[in-house]
Amino acid sequence: MGAQLRVYRQKIKSAQTTKKITKAMELIAASRIQKAQARVKASTPYSRAITRAVSAVATYSNVDHVLTTEPETIERAAVVILTSDRGLAGAFNSQVLREAEELSELLRSQGKEVVYFLVGRKAVGYFQFRRRASEQQWTGSSENPEFELAKDIADAVLEAFLRDASDGGVDEIHIVYNRFVSMMTQTPEVVRLLPLEVVEGVEEPDATVQPLYEFEPDVETVLDSLLPVYIESRIFNALLQSAAAKHAATQKAMKSASDNADKLIIDYTRLANNARQAEITQQISEIVGGADALVATK
Amino acid sequence: MAALNVSVVSADREVWSGEATMVVARTVEGEIGILPGHEPMLAILAGGEVRVTLTGGEKITASAEDGFLSVHADAVQVVASRAELA
Repeated sequence: MGAQLRVYRQKIKSAQTTKKITKAMELIAASRIQKAQARVKASTPYSRAITRAVSAVATYSNVDHVLTTEPETIERAAVVILTSDRGLAGAFNSQVLREAEELSELLRSQGKEVVYFLVGRKAVGYFQFRRRASEQQWTGSSENPEFELAKDIADAVLEAFLRDASDGGVDEIHIVYNRFVSMMTQTPEVVRLLPLEVVEGVEEPDATVQPLYEFEPDVETVLDSLLPVYIESRIFNALLQSAAAKHAATQKAMKSASDNADKLIIDYTRLANNARQAEITQQISEIVGGADALVATK
Repeated sequence: MAALNVSVVSADREVWSGEATMVVARTVEGEIGILPGHEPMLAILAGGEVRVTLTGGEKITASAEDGFLSVHADAVQVVASRAELA
């Protein structure tokens, strides 16, 4: 067998093995999307109930709360970045990091200092490589986020938010994550968590029939315990969205990898056939040439 | 008599939902019983059991931790980060 032919055969083999791997990863991701999506769906009643309760308080009372009031000067802003722990997901992590960079740029241009809270090994690696500091990091459970993780993150950002700016506290909290739009699209999204803008689903109270809400023990206490829960649920929802988006991105990336492997196999097979044919042609012409030479010498 | 639409919701799923005639829960101020026609309210739950009496007379209990209870137009929601049926 000619050297050229052997090289092509090797390349075909390696493309085939790679394809087996990417195909398997594609199938795994596809099955996980379903599960992740189901979790997003299952958590909707909770976030809906909380949003409704928060807007009830916001609508039927007019108390000011630390978490809803806009500070006059904003010195420092926190950015929570949700990435995945593993790669092989196409532009999933780079697009969310790019979005975060743009946001930081914007915040800095407004004269705010930016501190980071990172979720996922990819974000941590990105920051480590650039030798940049971050306030706190969480890694290892972004694929299948538990509510505890959301609670941890919420506790950390709330603690930073309630600290004084002179002690390194922050006055604003943004979260950047990939939102699961569909199997094909995941878009990076920036949401300002704090100070809270209670805009979602707040209905203007009808002036005539305004049901009197009773708060137990009182409005302040209810708001005090409700708002952190609201933040938790927003973070939890973002985590679940990000996990679902990650699986969808992996599936898409692995699908195109498998398709590329297919194309490579076809191309190399063609080249290998060509090489084989060339070899045969050469052998025939050698034999014919040899025979001719023998006849000529007779 | 109208029935209450009750749902018990935890962070990651809806634990239970259905119709009931009465809900008894413990809030930070003490036990409260809710019957149809209750005025709208929002209360913070103290840990413990929430007892729901179904329309058929059966009773179910759910444990809810650090959550809240909201009542609005005969819809009762027990919301807690961790909740499960006992």
